[in-house]
Amino acid sequence: MNLRYALASAAVAALMAGSGIAPVFAETPPNMLVIANRIDDIKTFDPAETFEFAGSDVNRNVYEKLVNFDPLDLDAGYQPALAESWEISADGLTITFTMAEGHVFSSGNPVTAKDAEFSLRRAVLLNKTPAFILTQFGFTADNVEETIVAPDDATLVLTLDKPYAVSFVLNCLTSTIGGIVDMKAVMENEVEGDMGNAWLRTNTVGSGPYKVMDWKPNESVLMDLNPNYGGETPAMERVIVQHIQESATQRLQLQRGDIDVARNLSPEDVAGLSEVEGVKIVDELRGRLMYWSANQKVEMLADPKVVEALKWATDYTGMADSFLKGQYTVHQAFLPLTFLGALEEKPFDFDLEKAKAALAESGYPECGPIKISVRDAQERLDIGQSLQNTWGQIGCEVELIVGTGAQTLDRYRAREHDIYLGAWGPDYPDPNTNAGTFAINPDNSDEAGATGLLAWRNAWGIPEMSETTLAAVVENDTEKRKEMYLALQGEHQMVSPFGVMFQKIEQNGMRANVENFVAGGATTAVSYWVITK
Amino acid sequence: MPSLPPWLRKSLTTLATVAATILGLLFVTFMIGRVMPIDPVLAVIGERATQAQYDETFLALGLDKPLLVQFGIYVNSVLHGDLGQSIRTGQEVSTDIARVFPATLELATLGTLIGIILGVPLGVLAAVKRGSWIDQIARFVGLIGYSMPIFWLGLLGLLVFYGILGWVAGPGRVGIFYQGVVEPITGMLLVDSALRGEWAVFRDAFSHIILPASLLGYYSLAYISRMTRSFMLEQLGSEYVTTARVKGLSEWNVIWGHAFRNIRIQLVTVIALAYANLLEGSVLTEIIFAWPGLGQYITTSLLANDMNSVLGGTIVIGTIFVGINIFSDLLYRFFDPRAK
Repeated sequence: MNLRYALASAAVAALMAGSGIAPVFAETPPNMLVIANRIDDIKTFDPAETFEFAGSDVNRNVYEKLVNFDPLDLDAGYQPALAESWEISADGLTITFTMAEGHVFSSGNPVTAKDAEFSLRRAVLLNKTPAFILTQFGFTADNVEETIVAPDDATLVLTLDKPYAVSFVLNCLTSTIGGIVDMKAVMENEVEGDMGNAWLRTNTVGSGPYKVMDWKPNESVLMDLNPNYGGETPAMERVIVQHIQESATQRLQLQRGDIDVARNLSPEDVAGLSEVEGVKIVDELRGRLMYWSANQKVEMLADPKVVEALKWATDYTGMADSFLKGQYTVHQAFLPLTFLGALEEKPFDFDLEKAKAALAESGYPECGPIKISVRDAQERLDIGQSLQNTWGQIGCEVELIVGTGAQTLDRYRAREHDIYLGAWGPDYPDPNTNAGTFAINPDNSDEAGATGLLAWRNAWGIPEMSETTLAAVVENDTEKRKEMYLALQGEHQMVSPFGVMFQKIEQNGMRANVENFVAGGATTAVSYWVITK
Repeated sequence: MPSLPPWLRKSLTTLATVAATILGLLFVTFMIGRVMPIDPVLAVIGERATQAQYDETFLALGLDKPLLVQFGIYVNSVLHGDLGQSIRTGQEVSTDIARVFPATLELATLGTLIGIILGVPLGVLAAVKRGSWIDQIARFVGLIGYSMPIFWLGLLGLLVFYGILGWVAGPGRVGIFYQGVVEPITGMLLVDSALRGEWAVFRDAFSHIILPASLLGYYSLAYISRMTRSFMLEQLGSEYVTTARVKGLSEWNVIWGHAFRNIRIQLVTVIALAYANLLEGSVLTEIIFAWPGLGQYITTSLLANDMNSVLGGTIVIGTIFVGINIFSDLLYRFFDPRAK
């Protein structure tokens, strides 16, 4: 069905291009931003629970954090937000934040350190999926009353279990789970000791520029200005995000002027819009990586020379310049570009001679049957077919095992794959987010069950590299830390069973008058409050 | 034991059949959901969760219990009015269904009405004028309706009537300016806006629904007109029709007063089936027109292994089919005294 659907969409896209007839034009109001996006992944707005893209987009515009990214200067890294300053103790175990004044929740309550204490403790206590972002610093349900403390309304003290790099801690506090909620309003809506979790799934009470007025799952999210917002009043007084699944529909709406931004355009629709008057395409590098990985439990794939051969036999630029054109750029390290310490070197290119030479040196010169687990998404199927073709050219008999996302993932987590073809996006904007999964696996046993670690899923036991990765999170000299990650990736590129291939480029179509639309780069989510029309 | 009155016995039999049908449907769907090679825990907690979170959720979902016990617990919850919570939307399944079903009901009803209003006369006319250009057109319309992919026609319709001509509104149920203006009564925007006297909203909602409804109506039309033509041809070849004509009855009377009267029962079944199919949800139409209906809800839930939502939707669909069957039976009795 997907293929027929894609073909039909392409046919209509071609018809649209060929018709030469300009669509009837409408226009959204100047103080309102209307966005078409796929938002069917939203299941909650609670910052302690939100872990999906569309939900994170909403959260970033609703909840402020102690520190945050400036959307117009993401490269500058974290900046003061609800905390105006912070100090680190001599032993590196304590961070003391001084709260900024003038921040008020949409409820009218002022933001205090007590709210920050409550929000961070709550995230640890609720222990929802993203809780690991905080608990990795040693916060537990048993110790939060001693480790996350607000001695007064203006001071918050965090006590860590190790002297982590302060950049690591603060980067994590910029993620969605660092959102500060209004303690009073939330606890007024507590049900059966849930700390307001059920209420915050559908209601918001932050101090950010917007508040959610209405959410219809799979349909739309409507946000209005938070009248108590302490910053400069945003130009967009209302933001409406509509769930529009189909790229061709988003394109039509954008051409007609019924929406300002289209966020899920296919390459065909991007190409079709590139020459349309009044519409522009803005490219933005995001954090998502596309990679393949070889299960080291499979004897043949545990031979480093076989993996090296497969890396040489991958047609990186061929794919990036054809069916992935504009959507992905070639990238071969586990840290996405724009992250601290991201390695730009791309040591592998498509070289069948080198691939054959590596295979000849391996214990499997004839290669052998390889099964690639791939989910039933078009771009992944295309990549899988390209690998099938080029790996076939060095003699490997490749079979694609196509399944739903859940089926493929189940097999991957159970370490039952040969090759897994998948994507990985950062959980928080610090290099450890990816280093901590691609380059850590101290205990490779089945009993360890470290399903969260990509290295474990591929049965790649790396006790020494794990130590190096862990050392980087306690290095407080940022320059040295950066060097550590560069070296780590350099080694990882050459010896790991991971073939990182591409980094995502998000191509957003928007009306020409939309300025400052920042989807969040590789590090964060979208920021509506700086947008003008 | 005193024998029950026939009407009560009949009602109890019907009730038992309905209950058995829905229970069987639930059982099959539940078992398929549980034996599918997809981990329901991961669907809840996501890929990044820790093993401790995984174990906690595994127990919370009751997956440690035998399958039949799990099914029993689910049925017990359903009988107490609790369809569970959707993993995908984080809301009660009953709340979700109360939101998406009226959207489908509204769309399917309008689509079926269009199908009936155009399809029945077209089918009758094609049968009466067999072999004429009208018959050829009717057959062509039917052929296109059967062979053209709905998503292609949908996209084409959007391009022409929304994109180029601007005759209708775009995707979604209502324009951005009218969202949330009408307080829901039935959940069907056309009905609610009319009941509230919000005629601007009514016009906007109508402008949004007319294209997808026409598309669905076209597919219903293709089916209904083809079947009507076939039923009518059979009747028009009957001796009683010849007799009626010999007796000098007007052609109108022969066609509508005699032949058509006799196909009503078959036609009711055809229309009921067409309506039930649309109520089940037309997934692709809903996706293309961003119509938040039942079909899209069940399909996306199934792909996300959100089994509570799938089972909740299954109950609704099962009830619709059973309900429409009972309704057809009643109409049979109304149209055909022999069935009483």
